[in-house]
Amino acid sequence: MDNFFDLGQTFELLSLDIVHRALVAGAVLGLLAGVLGPLVVTRKMSFAVHGTSELAFTGGAAALLLGVSVGYGAVGGAVLAALLLGLLSQRDSERDSVIGAVLAFGLGLGVLFLALYDGRATTKFGLLVGQPFGVAADNVWQLVGTAAVVLVVLAFLYRPLLFASVDPDVAAARGVPVRVLTPVFAVLVGIATALSVQIVGALLVLALMITPAAAACRVTSSPGRATLLSILFAEVAVLGGIVLSLAPGLPVSAFVTAISFAIYVGCRVVGRVRVRRIGNRRVAAQV
Amino acid sequence: MTTAPSTTTDMNPADHPAQPRGAVSLRGAALAYGRRVLWDGLDLEVQPGEFLAVLGPNGSGKTSLMRVLLGLQPLSAGVVEVAGSPPGRGNRRIGYIPQQRSLDPTLTLRGRDLVGLGLDGHGWGLGLRGRKERRARVDEVLAAVGATDYADAPIGLLSGGEQQRLRVAQALVGDPRVLLCDEPLLSLDLAHQRVVSDLIDTRRKAADTAVLFVTHEINPVLPLVDRVLYLVDGRFRIGPPAEVMTSETLSELYGTTVDVVRVRDQILVVGATGKLCEDQPHHVVDES
Repeated sequence: MDNFFDLGQTFELLSLDIVHRALVAGAVLGLLAGVLGPLVVTRKMSFAVHGTSELAFTGGAAALLLGVSVGYGAVGGAVLAALLLGLLSQRDSERDSVIGAVLAFGLGLGVLFLALYDGRATTKFGLLVGQPFGVAADNVWQLVGTAAVVLVVLAFLYRPLLFASVDPDVAAARGVPVRVLTPVFAVLVGIATALSVQIVGALLVLALMITPAAAACRVTSSPGRATLLSILFAEVAVLGGIVLSLAPGLPVSAFVTAISFAIYVGCRVVGRVRVRRIGNRRVAAQV
Repeated sequence: MTTAPSTTTDMNPADHPAQPRGAVSLRGAALAYGRRVLWDGLDLEVQPGEFLAVLGPNGSGKTSLMRVLLGLQPLSAGVVEVAGSPPGRGNRRIGYIPQQRSLDPTLTLRGRDLVGLGLDGHGWGLGLRGRKERRARVDEVLAAVGATDYADAPIGLLSGGEQQRLRVAQALVGDPRVLLCDEPLLSLDLAHQRVVSDLIDTRRKAADTAVLFVTHEINPVLPLVDRVLYLVDGRFRIGPPAEVMTSETLSELYGTTVDVVRVRDQILVVGATGKLCEDQPHHVVDES
């Protein structure tokens, strides 16, 4: 415990290539998760993201067993999950239970794949809790490229997607293809989730994808500002988490989740005060 | 349908099938789901600046008519044109005001965002170009409906009346030639019903915008209504309120005795209880 915040050791480790790669990968994921997050929160898709990440885990585990790249497996599993959830649950009332059923089945399959795989235990564990320092050099470029594609597509879809998320009836009336956008967005989220699984692990994707956005939405009601804050919070959590984990040599995801939760709690407190102040001002204006 | 004798013969759409003059034009329009016919042989020309109230019990096809005009639902037969062109998805010359529905208090959205989405939310891309003009236009419309004071507050924390004012702004910001209003006064108190219908009326007079106003309650807008389209179980009647809102006409439409009583400047419809008045809000998009 004495070396928990050993600055000297932290600086020493910061010069390592694997740490650089982890930081680059983390920064890219922070950006991606930060941008997607507010839309995910607005569309009430937190549970769907969790389900998708569990299926990314299943895909990754299957890839391990088959001896192909875990990254491809994870993306495959997540995209399949996203499409499945998007198609099966157009009706809101059913969505929750469909996700629950699919999630549990996928997780069970993943456990089976891991049991059949006789490789290193850390590789198995890494799928669940993340392995940021296991990112190979060409994987980083793959990650950056995929993230760039997702961001470009998202930039193109942004306005109709926001319209369909916050005001679906009028968006449909104005000609926004609301029904088509739902599975498209689910696939984008699925890809981002699969990328995140490799860094923070299947169990903790929500800490990156949901928590920063949920925190941002408590302190502002401007969609643009919420996105900027959500990116900022996600970056602080992921980069801070990686740096803090260096000296003690403890799992990165523990720090990422702790930081993002602390930000969330802070924003909820600020949000309470904010809502009360708005309420008071509005009452005063009406009197 | 036989051509009814018309006082304004040169305006008869049958004479100029290629050049409809109405802001909204339906000719021989029919809508059926399977064997269930909602309406058939519907001929309707709504002129610019005209206020048409669409009345009828639940399930009579008022909502479906809206969906047809919005391009969300194809006709089973006939022709429809809105602002001179087929409705198609997202005819930009249509403004749409939905019924007030409570919004999630934690929704990350301000009034000005809602109005802005009404202007260009259907466009692809981030919309970073022309932000200045966009902001100026949104501010202008917010001021016109008197919503400037709360334009930056979280929309979920506003009252139903305030949200509905913003809805009017959202529909007007695109400078529509036709306003489609779907129960916009539902669940508002009397004062706000008045405010919202006055805003719609002001727009109609200032810009000659045609208004189609779906409602189950004609009284709040009675002074504004030019004509009524009353739909009941596949039958319908079009005409000024004084012609349609009579015991005789409504009894015929409902196929049972209905009494229409005028008390001061209100119209009360008595009889066929439960069928005349719909209490259930409906949803344009959700209904299949």
